[in-house]
Amino acid sequence: MRIATGAGTLPHHNTDFVIRRRLLLSVMLLAMLALVGRAVYLQILDKEFLQDKGDMQHVGVVSVSAYRGQIKDRNGEPLAISTPVQSIWVNPRQLRDAEQDKLTPMAKILGFPEKELRSLLKKEKDANKRFVYLRRQINPDIAEKVKALEITGVYFEREFKRYYPAGAVSGHLLGFTNIDDIGQEGIEHGYEHILRGQPGKKRVIKDGKGQIIKDVENIEEAIPGRDLVLTIDERLQYLAYRELQNAMIQNKAHSASLVVLDAKNGDVLATVSQPAFNPNNRKELSSNRYRNRAMVDSFEPGSTVKPFVVAAALDGGYIKPNVMIETHGVYHLGRNVVKDVHNYGTMDLTHVLQKSSNIAVTQIAMTMPPEYFWGVYSRLGFGTSAGVGFPGEASGSLLDYQGWHEFDQAILSFGYGVSTSILQLARAYTALADDGIIHSVALLKRDEDPDAQRIFKPETARKVREMLEHVISKEGTAYQARVEGYRVAGKTGTVKKAGAGGYSEDKYLSVFVGMAPASNPRFIIAIVVDEPTTGQYYGGLVAAPAFSKVMAGALRVYGVEPDGMDNMHLLLSKQ
Amino acid sequence: MRTEMRNEQFQPPSLLGNLLRKLHIDIPLFIGLLLICATSFVILYSAGGQEVPLLIRHATRMGFAILLMIVLAHINPRRFQTFSVALFTVCVLLLLAVAVMGQISMGAQRWLDLGFFRFQPSEFTKISAPMMVAWYLSERALPPKPKHVLGAATLLIVPVLLIAKQPDLGTSLLVASSGAAVLFFAGLSWWFMLGIVALLASLTPVLWHFMRDYQRNRVLTFMNPEADPMGAGYHIIQSKIAIGSGGINGKGWLGSSQAELDFLPESSTDFIFAVFAEEFGLFGCVGLLVLYLLVISRCFYIAVQAQDTYSRLLAGSLAFTFFVYVFVNIGMVIGVLPVVGVPLPLVSYGGTSMVTLMAGFGILMSIHTHRKLLPV
Repeated sequence: MRIATGAGTLPHHNTDFVIRRRLLLSVMLLAMLALVGRAVYLQILDKEFLQDKGDMQHVGVVSVSAYRGQIKDRNGEPLAISTPVQSIWVNPRQLRDAEQDKLTPMAKILGFPEKELRSLLKKEKDANKRFVYLRRQINPDIAEKVKALEITGVYFEREFKRYYPAGAVSGHLLGFTNIDDIGQEGIEHGYEHILRGQPGKKRVIKDGKGQIIKDVENIEEAIPGRDLVLTIDERLQYLAYRELQNAMIQNKAHSASLVVLDAKNGDVLATVSQPAFNPNNRKELSSNRYRNRAMVDSFEPGSTVKPFVVAAALDGGYIKPNVMIETHGVYHLGRNVVKDVHNYGTMDLTHVLQKSSNIAVTQIAMTMPPEYFWGVYSRLGFGTSAGVGFPGEASGSLLDYQGWHEFDQAILSFGYGVSTSILQLARAYTALADDGIIHSVALLKRDEDPDAQRIFKPETARKVREMLEHVISKEGTAYQARVEGYRVAGKTGTVKKAGAGGYSEDKYLSVFVGMAPASNPRFIIAIVVDEPTTGQYYGGLVAAPAFSKVMAGALRVYGVEPDGMDNMHLLLSKQ
Repeated sequence: MRTEMRNEQFQPPSLLGNLLRKLHIDIPLFIGLLLICATSFVILYSAGGQEVPLLIRHATRMGFAILLMIVLAHINPRRFQTFSVALFTVCVLLLLAVAVMGQISMGAQRWLDLGFFRFQPSEFTKISAPMMVAWYLSERALPPKPKHVLGAATLLIVPVLLIAKQPDLGTSLLVASSGAAVLFFAGLSWWFMLGIVALLASLTPVLWHFMRDYQRNRVLTFMNPEADPMGAGYHIIQSKIAIGSGGINGKGWLGSSQAELDFLPESSTDFIFAVFAEEFGLFGCVGLLVLYLLVISRCFYIAVQAQDTYSRLLAGSLAFTFFVYVFVNIGMVIGVLPVVGVPLPLVSYGGTSMVTLMAGFGILMSIHTHRKLLPV
């Protein structure tokens, strides 16, 4: 059977049509062959290259940020924690023209003025940059919204933001980290090597928008930083912060510091300074505010060293416990003069400390050979950093005895010519508190003090402590340091500030160091208030009240058994 | 509508064959089309993110398109001939309407929204334009005289310019080539054609001048895609990576990482061939091209068998247009032609082009199944 072409209906150029059809079919066949040729080129000859190119854009290596270790107090309360946040960055070279309109909602979400955003991206693109941070450490919810816009070339990075639950209360102690999670001040800086984690790397598959679709493998596991457990007790820290702030306000002082030590092992239970700063608020970060004065600043301790002079002389047998010392208000030593506030007449050792007689301690000091006297001061830690691992810790100064003149020894006995931080001073008092054993101080929790050292005989320390209890009496210089129900021992210091051109006549440091219960001390608290300006400047009036409040609170928190039956009625009647 | 089947030999051997004949379906063409449609489902499932609702929409459109094809196959080609002028006029008017509304909305406009129905008049022009030119030339002596060639060209230039202005370069190119194909089959003289080619070559700079920025960009990008890898060159670079990664054997079905990871844009529409090439490799590519070639050959066979000038010219033109479709799309995806928005016929996701294509095949089947069969 053959289909006849409709004769007559078709013009005679039938053969021409067939030629044309054949020609066209051949052209088409050639065209198809060209396509096949191109496919052969791409899929056989260029295959490796194109496959690599594909793999390169599908597979990427990204860094995995590691958790920074937490900082906790001795009871496990968190003081510094890291929360995951998102940072957004852009590769300006990958932004597509077709997605330019998506920048508007992104700018809105990020609170970035749109014009600024566009000009920034243009500038960075022209500069051939591949990495520009848009916003760092933002709430993950906001980052999710930007992610939903699916803009090619906009990337997300998980980072950690440091948060300090206690805020200003432990600001000085903890310091802070910078935006790259690296410690800048305080413990964060000093223990960076422990807290810092090791960022890892992982191989991922990315989609056309540059977003990570799935993880292929971990190349390097991220190692989280280790936690730090401090000796700090957050409860005491709060207490100390509050009371020091009150003292600061009441005395309109320039600055102030306070340290609470465990008298039995040298653990730092609290340390605060004023003015304070909140490490969560980076706007407050000015170096004047974030200096941890309690550890970094040193000052002349004044009369607060007198108990050590008495203890050293007793311990070395240079004076007898029942010695009576004559004073007449003025004492000449060579060409120099030592003065007391009043003429105290003849006094025993207890009165020497109770009244804080410069003349009497000078005489006691002069009984000791310089080498011995220096040795005691040196072992008490003056001139050597307390070694708690805090960055920029003060070591204070203590002149070597070989360069001493006679008067140097005298002024050392009432706390001039030697300088110390309040932490060092508090530490020196452990020698009196723990029956002659000086403890090393620590900020990191430890099982026991590995460097306990006997300096004084137990009976010497106990005797001096008894004497110091008389300071906290109506006749003493620090009656306001008393704590109801407990026996308190302590010593005041009122120090003329040294400045350029000698000692100032109207600028003082008010110092108090004390311990309780005096029968078996549990805590040592040392306070220094710099430049009180309300007219009161005696340590017993400025520093002692804050001591009393913090000590009372600490004893209550720790449930320490009262030993002060004499003033027990005060305690009972009040309740 | 009567087929003369007086010869016993011509009795369809089976019930199915009988049914198909009654439906005016050309079996070889139909089988070829079904094979391409089947391929379409397979690859669309992978390219479209393995979404079943997408496939269902695709199937619905395809069903509608096939239905339209069968309906058109029942219509006698003579009717097409008589309606050619009216259909063409309506198309041009609609294109004008779109142009006016496009001006109002200040942007590219291809769609006409009738409230319940949105469509692109430019799509129907792909069929009505060759119908018009075929009608015009079949009424005149062949091979056409120069003034008739000019007349046909004038008829053609109106819709082509209107569509190019939308702007839709791909469609206007298809319409132009469908009309040109009619002229070619009508016996346009070889010298004339040579002259046209020379003229076009010399007019290229002028054409360049009238192109839109984004169209120029496409051409420039085609010359050197690496110059702007994140902008205009992105499509073609990603497409080449996909095709090359397929290698000889391909990565296997659902294995296209370029599509899955969203690197390849328009992976289920214009660039679906890249996904196909990545998953089925060189063998798959050649197989698909052969399938297309078989369909095209059958169409040309139908053209040769056509019994009147109008039918023959129209059939040849439709066959050629189908080829242009395939070549322009694959050529673009594979990087031998600039990026022009032409879908891979019957495979790409998208309704309008499939409906027009099937309508074309319906006309072809009508031409073939309405022949007067003469016994020998």
